[in-house]
Amino acid sequence: MRSNKQPIGTNGLKMTNSKSKYQLICGLEIHAELKTKSKMFCGCVNDPFGAKQPNIYTCPICLGMPGGLPVANKQAIEWTIQLGLALNCKIHLFSKFDRKHYFYPDLPKGYQISQYDQPFCFDGFVETSQGKVAITRVHLEEDTGKLLHKTSGGHKVTLVDFNRGGVPLVEIVTEPEIKSALQAKELAQYLRQIIRYLEIGDCNMEQGGMRLEANVSLSPNGQLPNYKTEVKNINSFRFLEQAINYEIGRQSDVLDKHQTPPQETRGFDAGKGVTFSQRIKETAADYRYFPEPDIPPIRFTKTQVERLQAGLPELPGQVRTRWQRQFNLSPSLVNRLIISQAQTELLDGVWQMASRDKLSPTKLADWILNQPKFLKQSFSAHQVIDRYQSETKTEKVDEKELTQIVQQTLIQFPSEVQRFRSGERKLLGFFIGQIKPQVSASADIKQISSIINQVLNH
Amino acid sequence: MGDFLLYPELLTEMNPKHLNSLTIVQALKALAKKQISIDEIYESVNLAVKNNQNLNIYLSLNSQAQKQAQKANKTNLPLAGLPIAVKDNYCTKGLKTTASAKVLDNFIPEFDATVIQHLQKAGGVVLGKTNMDAWAHGSSTETSDYGRTLNPRNPDYLPGGSSGGTAAAVAANTCIAGLGTETAGSIRQPSAWCGVVGLKPTYGRVSRSGIVAMASSTDSPGPITKTVTDAALLLQQIAGLDLKDSTTNPVPVPDFAQDLKRGIGDLKIGLLYHDVPELKKVMNLIEPELKVFERLGAHLEPVKALDPHYAISVYTIVQRAEVSSNLARYTGVRYGLDRSHFAAEARRRIMLGTFTLSKGYADQYYKTAQKVRTLYRQDFAKLFGHYDLLISLSSPGFAKKIGVTAGEAMFGELEDLILEPSSIVGLPGLNVPCYRDPKTNLFLGLNIMAPMWREDLILRAGYAFEQATNWNEWAKND
Repeated sequence: MRSNKQPIGTNGLKMTNSKSKYQLICGLEIHAELKTKSKMFCGCVNDPFGAKQPNIYTCPICLGMPGGLPVANKQAIEWTIQLGLALNCKIHLFSKFDRKHYFYPDLPKGYQISQYDQPFCFDGFVETSQGKVAITRVHLEEDTGKLLHKTSGGHKVTLVDFNRGGVPLVEIVTEPEIKSALQAKELAQYLRQIIRYLEIGDCNMEQGGMRLEANVSLSPNGQLPNYKTEVKNINSFRFLEQAINYEIGRQSDVLDKHQTPPQETRGFDAGKGVTFSQRIKETAADYRYFPEPDIPPIRFTKTQVERLQAGLPELPGQVRTRWQRQFNLSPSLVNRLIISQAQTELLDGVWQMASRDKLSPTKLADWILNQPKFLKQSFSAHQVIDRYQSETKTEKVDEKELTQIVQQTLIQFPSEVQRFRSGERKLLGFFIGQIKPQVSASADIKQISSIINQVLNH
Repeated sequence: MGDFLLYPELLTEMNPKHLNSLTIVQALKALAKKQISIDEIYESVNLAVKNNQNLNIYLSLNSQAQKQAQKANKTNLPLAGLPIAVKDNYCTKGLKTTASAKVLDNFIPEFDATVIQHLQKAGGVVLGKTNMDAWAHGSSTETSDYGRTLNPRNPDYLPGGSSGGTAAAVAANTCIAGLGTETAGSIRQPSAWCGVVGLKPTYGRVSRSGIVAMASSTDSPGPITKTVTDAALLLQQIAGLDLKDSTTNPVPVPDFAQDLKRGIGDLKIGLLYHDVPELKKVMNLIEPELKVFERLGAHLEPVKALDPHYAISVYTIVQRAEVSSNLARYTGVRYGLDRSHFAAEARRRIMLGTFTLSKGYADQYYKTAQKVRTLYRQDFAKLFGHYDLLISLSSPGFAKKIGVTAGEAMFGELEDLILEPSSIVGLPGLNVPCYRDPKTNLFLGLNIMAPMWREDLILRAGYAFEQATNWNEWAKND
């Protein structure tokens, strides 16, 4: 369906890719549940994913029964402010909650307690490899219940589980400054890293503990276009990237025909890798926001905010920079290792000990990254180094003996040998995998592969 | 009318068979001296309830009331098991709570309102749930989905509202005392119309937790009683910070009875709204009553305040907005009946509130209303810079005839004209009977207001006035 005409670019060159005519205008809205002990506005247990049965963590308040009044969770507010500070936001010293009205069976009060014009945090930014992205706001609200579509006694029924209803939920909104799908993915991943690192949320994507929405439009001239497509309910970073790229293609096609894509909400079909229209928005939704009268405005003093700021740990970005300076570790290599404060503390010890023992922190980091489960066990820095040294210590095996094992093994895989000989070099790994256990766990892989090559090149 | 429809004349003497007409103070005294038993009080009250069924005061009765009372009485609790009439918008565990609305026709709460918990802890017993304007939307008790309540002083007339059921319950001596709620006049106006005492506490003084929300930013639960002393005693039990209601305030609750009899010789009182055209006729009637304050040594003078008429707009906009939001939960999906069961008044309020909050109108209406609300707050702050108390009428006139509200969408607002300015600001106010029309047997009430958290002052002034005048028959044996 893409236009066959090859458009002429302003520089007079033929453009081969219609995508490049338009600039991506993209912002993200990210929701993440906070892992406070109790829910946002009542004393119910906040553990929707751990609940053994539906509707066990509920009370008259989170069920919206008559007479129930919300009481805000202080911990959730402080965490939201800390998250905002970690995202370089300014903090409103005077803030409030607002009611956002809409009807849906998973919303028991007929409104969601959210924040409208005085979010706790505003005007921040995040650094990505493709530049800064401004954070518009970080606010706090309550999650909704969950609808379950089932068949019961031959009838299709929709059931509601309110274990999740009233769980504290932060919403992070970015400015529409994201320049590529890849940058969107990096940004979203960074936000998850920060939230996990601050130990305020688990951000479990599959279960919905973190949810991504992308506002995507294309502009021929860099100006904000007069339409916006919202892609909702994306539950993985890969899907986020796919969805944005799909939208770039789809919207380019529409614009190429000199049409304007409609203002709409789209879903993402992970199976097909496409977005699909859910709802055309002819008018802007009217949520009839007004200040939540059941919760007085919240005032913070500068000192309180400073105290929260001081309570922040060294953040992942700062850790990366420091490790590069101190241990010459490449930021891109170690980024995946910065997942919790406890692990950072452990690895700090590991790098220090490694430097002292004249080991290479980079090699150590490499080794750790190749054993994803390793750090889940509780080790001391000392134990990590020991383990590293014992596992990377290579044993030279008697060459004759090794050659024999290699020959005996290869005989068992004639077709693989043939494929290897005809150029399928990646089978080398397969052979090593077969041979190494027969020799020793710490056998020198280089030695094994050189013998394999010798044997096969004969 | 039955034997128990007590006109003031009948109350001049304490009839031992009419234990239902006892005040809290009298009942406690008699119980302590073992002159009467708690069972005798209940026999008398139950009979009164039965004999006054035609007034349609109670929507439901607590079948366990007497049993609970016996228990409370044995354990020497301050309220000794006395029967309290409770407005039907207080959630009562296991006891049907409808707020007089068909949507909640069969709703049985899982928990007690904080006030009810306090009441029970003090040995008070929920005798029954009283009729009200549906969802507390009104000033007549005529908009109840369960039929209107009649005024015990004269059943051709309305009791006022929205706490009309409780005010009538107290006036008809079908309880020892009662509980109502007010957003703007809903305690004081029916108290005025029924000739009883009604105290609207400072917003935030008494917890709203467990009360079917009407206008969250103004709802104030409070006592409706036979005497000022009773109001002080009941407020004492229900007031205070509640961790379940963030809008309650940690200011300490003083001992309200302590200074009650101190007199008002040292107070400076401002007379409010004496020149409002709607009030002219009745102002003349209470002219001599106002002199009482001077006789008691207080200094009284008329004051100029911000025109109360603006408050109607402010209150209407803010209250409708909150109503439309608070009623959004009643979908019939999980409990109660669906939205087709909302009656005309609730529908009107939902629509108006939805409209004023809508995009493009919120600035014009809701936000402007909040600004004017601030003006009233400033105006009252200024007035209280000069005066200890402000007094006015509690209602622009006597009780109205039954049927008067039909077709009058703004009936309640006009009725509450003089109470709305102080209500939207959160000030406390007390109604004390101050005049009785000998022909109709209907009452006028005086509204005494103080700065935030100064219920002690208004109770003091109310007590002094009550004792210095003859309008309250119950108070004679106080």
